[in-house]
Amino acid sequence: MKSLYSELEWLPRAPEDFSARVKALLSVEGKAGSEFQSLALHALDLNQLTKLAKALVKARSEGKSLEPLTQFRLAVLSNSTIDMIVPALVASAVRYGIALEVIRPSYDQVAQEALTPGSKVNSSKPDAVLFALDYRALPLRLSLGDTEAAAASVQGAIGYIEALRNGIKAGSNAVCIFQTFAPPVETLFGSLDRALPGTLRHLIDGINRQLAELAIGSGDVLLDVAALAETVGLADWHNTPLWNLGKFSFSDEFIPLYGDHVSRTVAALRGKSRKALILDLDNTVWGGVIGDDGLEGIQIAQGDARGEAHLAVQRMALDLRQRGIVLAVSSKNTDEVAREPFEKHPEMLLKLDHIAVFQANWNDKATNIQAIAEELSLGLDAMVFLDDNPVERGLVRKLLPQMAVPELPEEPDYYARTLAAAGYFEATAFATEDLKRAGFYQDNAKRASLQKQVDGVDAYLASLDMTITFQPFDATGRARIVQLINKSNQYNLTTRRYTGPEIAEAENDVAVFTLQVRLADIFGDNGMISVVICRPGDAGVWEIDTWLMSCRVLGRKVEHMVLGEILNHTHLAGIRKLVGMYRPTDRNKLVLDHYARLGFAKVSEDESGLTRWELAVAGAKPESAPMNVVSQGFATARENIVA
Amino acid sequence: MDEQEIYERLTKIFEDVFDEDAIKITPELTAKDVDGWDSLTHIRLMLTVEKAFKVKFSASEIGKLENVGDLVKLVKSRA
Repeated sequence: MKSLYSELEWLPRAPEDFSARVKALLSVEGKAGSEFQSLALHALDLNQLTKLAKALVKARSEGKSLEPLTQFRLAVLSNSTIDMIVPALVASAVRYGIALEVIRPSYDQVAQEALTPGSKVNSSKPDAVLFALDYRALPLRLSLGDTEAAAASVQGAIGYIEALRNGIKAGSNAVCIFQTFAPPVETLFGSLDRALPGTLRHLIDGINRQLAELAIGSGDVLLDVAALAETVGLADWHNTPLWNLGKFSFSDEFIPLYGDHVSRTVAALRGKSRKALILDLDNTVWGGVIGDDGLEGIQIAQGDARGEAHLAVQRMALDLRQRGIVLAVSSKNTDEVAREPFEKHPEMLLKLDHIAVFQANWNDKATNIQAIAEELSLGLDAMVFLDDNPVERGLVRKLLPQMAVPELPEEPDYYARTLAAAGYFEATAFATEDLKRAGFYQDNAKRASLQKQVDGVDAYLASLDMTITFQPFDATGRARIVQLINKSNQYNLTTRRYTGPEIAEAENDVAVFTLQVRLADIFGDNGMISVVICRPGDAGVWEIDTWLMSCRVLGRKVEHMVLGEILNHTHLAGIRKLVGMYRPTDRNKLVLDHYARLGFAKVSEDESGLTRWELAVAGAKPESAPMNVVSQGFATARENIVA
Repeated sequence: MDEQEIYERLTKIFEDVFDEDAIKITPELTAKDVDGWDSLTHIRLMLTVEKAFKVKFSASEIGKLENVGDLVKLVKSRA
């Protein structure tokens, strides 16, 4: 799991043409800040960060506007070589909307620069000074078993840091960012090092503790490098060849991570931390799909591995709420179905009371998220969206680039950890008012109403490079067909359940027209996502016995493509009319207008709400969607006749 | 891995590290011939090579390299 951190796995991978896009930044006319930021929002390695930083420095030197990035001057004082780190800081800060200007004196001039009023650092009037010190910068002497000498040693180190701080306060009054010290891995006694006063580990423990108190008491800021190093592993953090080679204080592997952490700290100082978390429900807050699996079928129980993973997401959301982060829900579901687990499931930790805005409907998520932002009066740049579905994440990222949308691994076990690792809610201080904030937003939030659709959904769909594959039922697909027929509740027009033998019968009956539909896109293969059965009715008529679809591919116009495919086969079979039926259940309100949207005319409706619909084949013009179509395995007209 | 393949992959690595796509990689190429190939960029180059070929070099091995030909030999002896 180290790669979660070293590879910044919550960020999308860098595009193939990254270098070309960095070059293109220099020819952007006018304000280039947003273009820089959209490139920085990928997981970049050291070389990519270096390139992006170089382009930014060049753009600045050419007098280009970097708006809307916020300017920030950061002085870095260090006892180690920071030449590889500085470009990483500049490029990572862009990720957080900051155009960083780094001021750095010559190597190992920490005390001189901090203490001299007219030094390069003090005279440049930085917004903040980062003390990027390593334990090797401290005047530490082993004093084994000597409590007094050990305390004096800790005091000496803290006194040194305080003196540096006072020098900066007097010289430029900049905010100071202090790093805790990552302890070395080499122990002297072993476990005893932690307990025995005067060992290096004991001294560094003491210094880190006092440094934290110093920072929180003085209004300065702490950057917990010790925790960062422990998270990824001290043995990997401390790279002895690199120290020996050029006094690099930690492994190059973690420079992107370190750059991101410094940047999120700077962003927090500028009030750019995020304030709200929007949660998807199905397969994010609980395992499974509430609309299909029902209250008993979703996985949220303690003791169940899958359920525990989703409970961890809920626990983290609740803890965030406790520190003042507002929670909202955006889910593709019928409202009352989505609320049911919150109201009735005994294992749910999240309750409706915790959710400031609850958006469950069938609109696209970008539209819903905008509605949530308006309802909460928060900017999109203050919100995070957590969703297991890569297509939804891609859509939101594309249409609402200011939103933070973490990539998630396949395994829900790592959802909570990934969200935390991304550091969206970094704060440099905590006020008791924060405790009340979530409630405050909640009181003011009314149900968000949705008016306008977000532009560009079609363009986004086209970019998914979808391939839809149509086949008649066959033995290979049978198990999945039976599963879909017996499990789908929401996008299911008639909710007729069939057994394996019944499906095999339909498969072999030449008078019955069947479709199994698969969909692939740039994120991978979604597998079988739709099933249709048409049975012969009156002469020249197909009765649509079954039409169902997985909600995972909702909003991609798959149903229009399916209708087109059915129509293509009507000609061969001599069919002139399609008859469809909607049988209402308590789960399938979603498809109430399915046939109306496809251009069918309603011919009857009974008191149970059951409706019948017709479409004349001649003159039917199904909408098409941007996807490649593969149609295979169908008998030709001749074979039909022979059979 | 043969030398030709190493040279091909090094070409891409040099583009990446030096942000310059016109560098011609030959065995005789040295730091003096390339703009921006200073001691720090040299370390970044070595780190990138280590990562790309999944090998590790010692500080003294890095210190002994005279030209690209030496580097290719070193990589070949490991990969």
